Amino acid sequence: MWSKEVIWMIVEGIGDTLYMTLVSTLCGYILGLPMGITLAVTDKNGIKPNAVVYKILDVIANVIRSIPFLILLILLIPFTIFLVGKSYGSTGTIVPLTVAAAPFIARMVESSLNEVDKGVIEAAQSMGAGTFTIIWRVMLVEARTSILVGATIAIGTVLGYSAMAGIVGGGGLGDIAIRYGYYRWQADIMLATVILLVVLVQIFQTIGMRLSNKLDKRKL
Amino acid sequence: MAGIIEVQNLTKIFSTKDAEVEALQGINLSIQAGEIYGIIGMSGAGKSTLVRCLNFLERPTEGTVKIEDKDLGAMTEKELRKQRSEIAMIFQHFNLLMQKNVLDNICFPLVIAGMDKKEARKRAEGLLDIVGMKEKAKAYPSQLSGGQKQRVAIARALAGNPKILLCDEATSALDPQTTQAILALLKDINKQYGITIVIITHEMAVVREVCSHVAIISGGHLVEQGRVFDIFSHPQTKAAKELILKGDNETELNLEDHQRDLMRGKSCIRIVFSVNSSFEPVIANMVLKFGQPVNIMKADTMNVEGIARGEMILQLPEGEELQEQLKEYLRERGLAVEEVDGYVE
Repeated sequence: MWSKEVIWMIVEGIGDTLYMTLVSTLCGYILGLPMGITLAVTDKNGIKPNAVVYKILDVIANVIRSIPFLILLILLIPFTIFLVGKSYGSTGTIVPLTVAAAPFIARMVESSLNEVDKGVIEAAQSMGAGTFTIIWRVMLVEARTSILVGATIAIGTVLGYSAMAGIVGGGGLGDIAIRYGYYRWQADIMLATVILLVVLVQIFQTIGMRLSNKLDKRKL
Repeated sequence: MAGIIEVQNLTKIFSTKDAEVEALQGINLSIQAGEIYGIIGMSGAGKSTLVRCLNFLERPTEGTVKIEDKDLGAMTEKELRKQRSEIAMIFQHFNLLMQKNVLDNICFPLVIAGMDKKEARKRAEGLLDIVGMKEKAKAYPSQLSGGQKQRVAIARALAGNPKILLCDEATSALDPQTTQAILALLKDINKQYGITIVIITHEMAVVREVCSHVAIISGGHLVEQGRVFDIFSHPQTKAAKELILKGDNETELNLEDHQRDLMRGKSCIRIVFSVNSSFEPVIANMVLKFGQPVNIMKADTMNVEGIARGEMILQLPEGEELQEQLKEYLRERGLAVEEVDGYVE
């Protein structure tokens, strides 16, 4: 049963899972980071309150986050085909993963930035710093460890979502678990993939927390 | 003479959902260049709002704020930011960047102003020397004590060569010794660089220690202003009397409750005299002359505007005519005499 082909397939699955998770999280941050910053800045207690902009982003984030990922995956098929040419495989999964991750990431970035001491922001304002300077040199710097912890959580979540993509032939460890473990009743392969998923999440979590602790100058 | 800071008819109203709160009303203030000006009031009096109106971190609802004859209200956002870089500010909780080391914190206003990083570092090192923190350049704020953090904040404030330094309860989170040291540093900076300093505080001891002029804020109104010594020896308003007598620092004239009870309804007076001019044993001579004992309730000496002053509370013997004569006797010898009834109400 543990033939060369199966082992090779699992190795490939790990690669696919990593590819989907990391690329989707990265794309998620490309969309989610500016969105989270805008949410924090335009909040009524932010440095440039703007009720209209805040409400629009707020609604977008809430709507996407309330759609179950499996449904979102199917809903987005036309959009995915339009963007990358196909709706299956690892690359096809990245699009819905990114769409699902971005608002989640935006919320985490928003909450990280809201934790930044208002006094420090006021000090920067008293020195004549503009909005952009405050975002770039105060908020993002002071919140960086919290943002990194958020990224660790985001990777774990996206990894979990990527396994779900197996249902529509998304590739990766989740795909293997569903095809062999669920459709073919091969419990050992399923167990192996589950263990690998656990190990992957564990690794990301450890790296993320270590890095963030190391960067945090409040804990010396 | 027009001051470096001119506040006219300043009013600030905060609108919340269900109410409008008048934080400040009709404030007029003129602060001359080179002064150390105290703004004192109980918490909630509006003094923190007032100081934020001086650099437009809070925009006044009405009235004008002029810095060196330039009206802040008429400035564009960009001009205002430039103006703010000339008005430095330090805070009760220091407000340093926790993720940056001491040197980078001091460089921060310079970097905002677009100075080259190397040059900024060099200037920052010089400033660290001024505040006596040279060996802590690479430390992070979390490794510093409160007093050290405030020193770093002062160095940061000085980085942009400000003309004005606003101190918002800058010593309120510090112990008495550290407070003394920070006040001495501020005095030094005022003298050496001629920077006008505005000190917001709720402690009379702070104002007495370093300020030349003081404004008393109570309930959003400016109730009294003038030279510190004048207000210290002749407080006119209830708010001023309360601040002087109550105090919350151990060096302040702390009256115990039972002392207050004793004084209530009795004819007590508070006298203030310059220690240097008190070679004559005034009280003793008075007692000898009138043949009537007075009860010394409290006596203390303290620094006012850098000069040692004595303060005493006396309980006078019965008899209105005699009391008037005693007061007259003291006044003739150049002492400030005040009824205490107003203080203990």
